[in-house]
Formats: sequence, C-alpha cells, structure tokens
Amino acid sequence: MDNIYELSAHEICKLIRRKEVSVEEVITSQFNRIEKVEEKIKAFLSLYKEEALDEARQWDKKISQGKKIPPLCGVPIAIKDVICIKDKLTTCASRILQNFRPPYSATVIDKIKNAGCIIIGKTNMDEFAMGSSTENSAFQITYNPWNRETIPGGSSGGSAAAVAGREVPIALGSDTGGSIRQPAALCGVVGLKPTYGRVSRYGLVAFASSLDQIGPLTRDVTDCALLLKIISGKDKMDSTSVNYPVPDYLEYLIPDLKGVKLGLPREYFVEGIEKEVREKVMQATKVMEDLGAEIEETSLPHTEYAIATYYLIATAEASSNLARYDGVGYGYRSKEKLDMIGMYKKTRREGFGDEVKRRIMLGTYVLSKGYYENYYGKAQRVRTLIREDFEKAFKKFDALITPTSPTVAFKIGEKIDNPLQMYLSDIFTISANLAGIPGISIPCGLGRNGLPVGLQILGKPFDEKTILRIAYAYEQNTEWRKMRPEI
Amino acid sequence: MKYHINIGLEVHVELLTQSKLFCGCSTKFGAPPNTHTCPVCLGLPGVLPVINKKAVEYTLITALALNSQINKNCRFARKNYYYPDLPKNYQISQYNEPLAKGGWIQIKVNGVTKKIGIERIHLEEDAGKLIHGTEVQNLQDKDWSFVDYNRAGIPLMEIVSRPELASPDEAYEYLVTLRKILRYLRVSDCNMEEGSLRCDANISISSEKGKMGVKTELKNMNSFKELREGLWEEVRRQSELLDRGEKVVQETRLWDSRAKKTYLMRGKEEAHDYRYFPEPDLPPLSIDDNWIEKLSASLPELPQQRFERFLKQYRLPEYDATVLTDSRDLADYFEECVKLFPKPKLVSNWIMGDFMRLLKQEKLASIKISPSGIADLLTEVEKGTLSIPMAKEVMEEMFRTGKGVTQIIEEKGMKQISDEESLEKMAQEVLRENPKAVKDFQKGKYQAVKFLVGQLMRKTKGKANPQLANRVIEKKLKEYK
Ligand SMILES: [Zn+2]
Repeated sequence: MDNIYELSAHEICKLIRRKEVSVEEVITSQFNRIEKVEEKIKAFLSLYKEEALDEARQWDKKISQGKKIPPLCGVPIAIKDVICIKDKLTTCASRILQNFRPPYSATVIDKIKNAGCIIIGKTNMDEFAMGSSTENSAFQITYNPWNRETIPGGSSGGSAAAVAGREVPIALGSDTGGSIRQPAALCGVVGLKPTYGRVSRYGLVAFASSLDQIGPLTRDVTDCALLLKIISGKDKMDSTSVNYPVPDYLEYLIPDLKGVKLGLPREYFVEGIEKEVREKVMQATKVMEDLGAEIEETSLPHTEYAIATYYLIATAEASSNLARYDGVGYGYRSKEKLDMIGMYKKTRREGFGDEVKRRIMLGTYVLSKGYYENYYGKAQRVRTLIREDFEKAFKKFDALITPTSPTVAFKIGEKIDNPLQMYLSDIFTISANLAGIPGISIPCGLGRNGLPVGLQILGKPFDEKTILRIAYAYEQNTEWRKMRPEI
Repeated sequence: MKYHINIGLEVHVELLTQSKLFCGCSTKFGAPPNTHTCPVCLGLPGVLPVINKKAVEYTLITALALNSQINKNCRFARKNYYYPDLPKNYQISQYNEPLAKGGWIQIKVNGVTKKIGIERIHLEEDAGKLIHGTEVQNLQDKDWSFVDYNRAGIPLMEIVSRPELASPDEAYEYLVTLRKILRYLRVSDCNMEEGSLRCDANISISSEKGKMGVKTELKNMNSFKELREGLWEEVRRQSELLDRGEKVVQETRLWDSRAKKTYLMRGKEEAHDYRYFPEPDLPPLSIDDNWIEKLSASLPELPQQRFERFLKQYRLPEYDATVLTDSRDLADYFEECVKLFPKPKLVSNWIMGDFMRLLKQEKLASIKISPSGIADLLTEVEKGTLSIPMAKEVMEEMFRTGKGVTQIIEEKGMKQISDEESLEKMAQEVLRENPKAVKDFQKGKYQAVKFLVGQLMRKTKGKANPQLANRVIEKKLKEYK
C-alpha cells in the first residue's frame, strides 16, 4: 500500500489491527509524503523520523508477539510547538525559546503516547500562539496546501496545513481565540476546541490561561472524536481541569439529526462576511434541516463586544504569562554583558517578535494602576454577559451554527501590517473561548478562489458529544470530507 | 514623648509544610542550591500551580487562633514584578480576597493588656535567593550573581496588623506574642535567623491623638532587637523632622543595624505598580464549614489561656507560669511531670532551675530525660534517699545518659544515709576525733555543732541526710562525757 498517508487515523488503526499494514509501513509512507510536500508547505519546525521509525518497529514487534495494543497504536501525530515534549525543542515559534528543551512532557503527550500514537514532529505556529496566519512565526512561513499564495490560518497553522497536506492524519493544536478552528476552516479540515477544563493544560505553554485549550485537528469527525477522547479528563497537575465524565464520543456519531435544535445567531451573519462563506453556511443548514434538525434564528446580543473583551483579557494574562522569559534561568539571553535591567530589556527586545511585544505592552497597560477597573475589570464583566448570552441560547438550542471565519484564506502579507484587520479574522471564534464552551469547525464547501469554507458548531459546556454528532451527520451526508488540496 | 506613635507590622512566616505551596518539592532548609526544585517551582513554560492543602490548613488554623473571619471563597492573585529570584516574574499571592480578615492579638506591655487588631492574613509563595559573586569566597566571577531556587515556592503566610501599636516596645511585644502563638500552633518555627520569620513595619507619628501622620515603611530588621531599635530610631528621625517644622515624606526606608540609622530605599514615586489580577491558573478556593469546624475543634490551648490556667490550676506564681508556658513543648513537659508527681510548685522549681540550665539550646523533643524520670527523681528527694546536691548530680547524669534514677543511684552508690543507728556510730567517732570542738561546745560555743555536722557529712561523703546528721550530733554531744 503506497497511499497510507491518505488514510484517516481510524482507517490506519483498522489496517494495523488486521495486520494488513505494519506500523513501520505507516510511518514510512507518512515520511515519504512529508519528504515530497514539506518543502512546499513548511508545516513543521521539527521532525523525528528515526525515532518514529524505531517506535514503529517496537510496536510491530509487540503486534507480532500477539501483545495487546492501545487504541491508537501506530497512528502518526503532529504536535503544535507550544506543547512541551520532554527533551525535545519546544520553541513556541519564538527566538526567545529557540533552544529550549523542557525537562518534562505535557499531560496530553503522555496520554497520546499511552494511546499508542507516534509523534512525528512539531508544527509551526504564530509566535506564542499570537496571530491568525502563522506569519508571526520567528522561523518560517507556512503555506496553505490549497493555494501557496495564501496563509493557512493561525495560530495552529502548521498543524492544520500538515493535516490538510496529508503529512499526518491527526495533530494537536491549541485554541485561545480560534487558533484551532480558524486554521481548520482555512485548510479544509476538522478542528475542535474543547470546553475550558476538558483537556489538561499542563505542559501547554500559556498564552492566556483562562482561554487556552488544547484540541484535535483531523481530516474527519470520527478521528476528531477518537483523539478528543484520548486527551480529555481531569488532571491533578491542572487545577482548572474538570472532573467530568469523558464519554465514548464515537457512540454518539449517528448520521441523522432527528430532534436536534439548532440556532443561527444573527450577529454572526452580518456585514464583513464574504458572500460565498455565508452561502456555504446557509446551504449547510439546509442539509441539516433535511437530516431532521429544527433550525431557528436566535441572538447573542453581546457579540459585538467580544473582540474588545478578548483583547483586554488575553493580553493582560499574556503580559504576565510571558514575563518569565527574561534570560535568567532558561531560553535566550542577550549576548551583551549588561546589568540586570539591561539584560531583561535587551533579551526581551531581541527575543520577542513585534506582535508579541504589542500584546505584552497592551496587557501591561490594561492591568496598570488606574486603568485596571476600566479595562480588565470591565472586560471581566462583559465576559460574564457573553457567557450568559450563550446560557440563554442553550436553554432553547442544542447547538449554534455559525461560519468559522468571515473569509476564506487570505493572501500572505495581506494583513500582517494591519493588526486590527488580522484580529477580525477571529471574530466568530473568540466568543467560545470567553464563554468556555466547545466549538468545532468542519469543511462545508469551497468559497472564493476555490478555497475551503469552515462551518462552526458551538455547544453547551462539556457537551462535545452533541457538536460531534451534528458535525458527523453533516459530514456523512455531504461530500466535503473527500475534498483534498492538489498538493 | 509629645508625639503619638502608630505602628503596624507586616509579618511573613514560612509554614512548616513538608512540601512547597504549589509543587511537591521539599521545604527543608539548608540543602545544596537548586536541589529542591522542579519544573513548577522553577516557573518553566507550561507548568501550572496546584495548591498545597496543608498550607491552607495552617493558615486557617492561624486565622482561627487570631480570631479572624475566614473568607470562605478566597482567591489567589498574581503580583507582577521583575526580579531574578522570582522564577515567573510574578508571585502567586492574595490581593483583595485574602484567606482571612480581621481578628486581634492580646499583648501585655508594662503590666497593661491591650488588644491589637489584625487587618488580614493571606497565603503566598516565597521567592528564591540571590547570591552575589562578591559574597562568595574564591569565586572567579565576582561580577556575576547566582540564584538558588530552593526557597522559591515555600508557603509564606502574611499577617498584617492594624496600625495600633503605640510604641516600638508594643511592636516588640506584639511580635513576641505572635511568634509564641504561631509556635504553639506548630504552623511555623518562626526563626528570624533562618528567615522563617520576617517583619516589616509601617510607622507614623502625630501630635494629635487619633490622627494618623504620614507613614514610612521600614525594612531590613533582622532580629527582635533590631525591630525595636529600628523603630525607635525612626521615631527619633520623624520627631526631629516635626520638631524642626518639616514634614515626614512617605517612603520606604532600610534599617542599617551597624550604623543604627535608617536609609531611604525608595520614594513614593518609585513604588511598584504590581498590576495585581486574579490568578487564572487556580480556581477560587472554597472552604467548607466542616473543615473549619474540624480545625477549630482541634485547635490547641493557646499561650494566654494556658498561662491563666497554670495560675489557677497549679497555683503557680505569675513568673513560673510565664516561663513554663513560653513554649508548648515545655508546658506539655511540665504538665506530664505534674501528672506523675503532683506537687506543681516543686516540679516548677526543678524545671525552671537546673533543668532549664541543662536544656539550654537542646530541643525538648530530643532530650533523654523523660517526665517520668523527673517524677522518679523528685520522689527520691522526697523520700530522703537523695539530698538536693545529689539529686542535681543525678539529674545531670540523666540528661547525659538517659539512665534511670535507680540505676544512677546504684552505680554511684549515692544513697543518702538515713539509717540513724549507723549515723550514730559515725557521730561517736567524729566526737572522739575532735575533742577540741567537743570542749568548745561544752564551754557554750554552739558554733561547734555546725563544725561537727560538717565533719560527719565529710565522713559519709555527703550521703548523710543533713537534718538527721544534725540531730544525731546534738544527741551524741549531750550524751558525751
Ligand atoms: Zn518544585
């Protein structure tokens, strides 16, 4: 079999269990594909070919000995470079962590390894997950496999592009304001941000602690459900993770939507949204209706404040979270021999990129004496209102349907000098982080320039099973899951 | 003194938990640099804090003992500032939602008791320690500094008093009383030399009672004595300013114990903006009533209560009660002894005398002599088996070797001679050997008796019961012809 790299994780699992392919063949096929296309996509910051092959052979040996194997045995996976893997470079695509190798692994890494996944490499991103195009990486630009003139979205652009380009079937990303869902939409793959507290953040380098979540990027909903199940659950190392039962999401994947009530928040279908994006999403709702869903318009009145609220809270937390990169204990330190303050200044000036500096300055200002109440305090109150909007809506609806991004993938360089324009690309994803609710983006067609359009399904807290079910029913009754970029 | 003084103290104590506040690292003092560290207390990228329940418990116990209101929904906050001993460049502390608010401590200065209000009690993490190249011997890199993170993350409890201390002496007494309470609660060893107790002060003076003057903050007092000295010096400095018609400026000053002066550290304008905000990595701490109830029920008797009980129950003089209740261990020890030998004043005399002298710096928990040993010893004294000097000698031996009273008496052949018959025989010999003294006695010189008793004691190597020796000599003298 020479096209294993085209398969989804659950298909690979099946073949390995039936001994139709060896794990080594899977990994080899994957690396052959990477060697062919990575030059054009540039999704990865590190690749672990030899190690991955070694691991593969070890699994094959166990399989040949008839030993019991874990659920995702032999499935290749890519990790966004913001998640710590012991002794492996974890750069956050920043010069300041260019040579940083953590002495510990994130909880999700332990979990996927225990599930049998083989980590093939770490993916590019916007520096410290700050951005929507992966152009803020200190190391390289990642190209959208659908069109190399466009960005893959961000900040988990490397993970999304790698999955779309069939360099890997599944990947982990992180989502603070849309960083999994928006690149998933722009690259035509599935991306899910879990409920806040569903997945441990231990080992995820923090951007905004009250918003960050790790989640899966996959080519189909089944893989998304599989991977989510593996990484979910309470972790004693993360006090904000929640002890709430983790269901077997696969059991909820049924191909119809009978009795499901869906809301269309009108604030998500306003001006600024591309015509084709709106059309594709509306067409998708028709399909859902045909599958038995009841669909009705609704309102989330505080939506217009989401971006402002988000940029106050996220930057405030970031300014504090990123204070530790000071050149003292680890990471980059300016080569110049200076006094203490000089070392701090020079190290951070040389180590951070522009967008990161912009957000640190904004966040520092937001928390300053005399401004705190008007900015951070007020933002927290608006955040509560936004959450309450969703609580009200979810009294009536099982889930809400919106576009993931107002546009399809934009051109490289198009928005990089206009931060406010860039911030608007997260306008539909940000609220879910503020409210702590789960959201999934799935492909729903091709829009302008033949680029993928993403549909977002937002659900109740800890009700990932329902949004997965809706996503699955839609996916199984349309052909979009089969569409692939020609790279 | 024509000015009224207002002093408030901010006391930090390291809690006696086994592990740090947010990770499992040891809190033990004195380990080689950076050996008690992990990704969490080093503030590595991606780590998260997990609260140590024991540290919360110790803070709650303190709050209960200091009559404070426990905030059942308290929260941690980040205090942001840059310093190399602070791994994350923010300290996880508490801001406007501390674990407890209010409360009071009763102090006694010059015979007058006074309640000093507590403002708040909160929990936070300690920072590491900077070691400058210039302070280390035989080091090439004199112009470098080094960081030891062993201390980073050790739980610190901060207790802030209201500015109700009216003199440096009251401040001193407050700190002594607070330390005694914290040691009774066994939440901190409060050792100022090892830094497990630190104290900063706010001080202001005013010519009008009830009106607060401009305050300065005073830091760097490294002992109880320095606290008092530093505050008196600051009172003097502020008084001089006001006397000259000048104003006190709000600022932070450092005490220099060598020069016995305070120096400007930073002015009001240079004060940090700590940009506090709620710690997003820790959910609000909710403390349920059951927990509080359980802790209140297990609260030990506090020093003041115990002192009063000792006066009443054992009818001890105030001085004895004060000394014996100075530490919980000593008070426990005393009570154990009294249980076995129910003559409190006698026990008190022995404990406060030779026992305390022998104890010196040793910890009560690790000494070899047990309360039952003390009781045995006193029983022998009472029976007349041991004279006081002999008993002192035995006690010293018990301290050193941990042997029992009987064993020591036997080994040393120390039994006091209380057998009248054998003493009489020896007295007879003494009289025969000292005819001059006998004659003196017969001439009416009563002094001679004393001399002869002394001779008898010498003959018995001090083992004779002194009263008996006296009686026997007198009796034999009368019979002597
Ligand atoms: Zn630690």
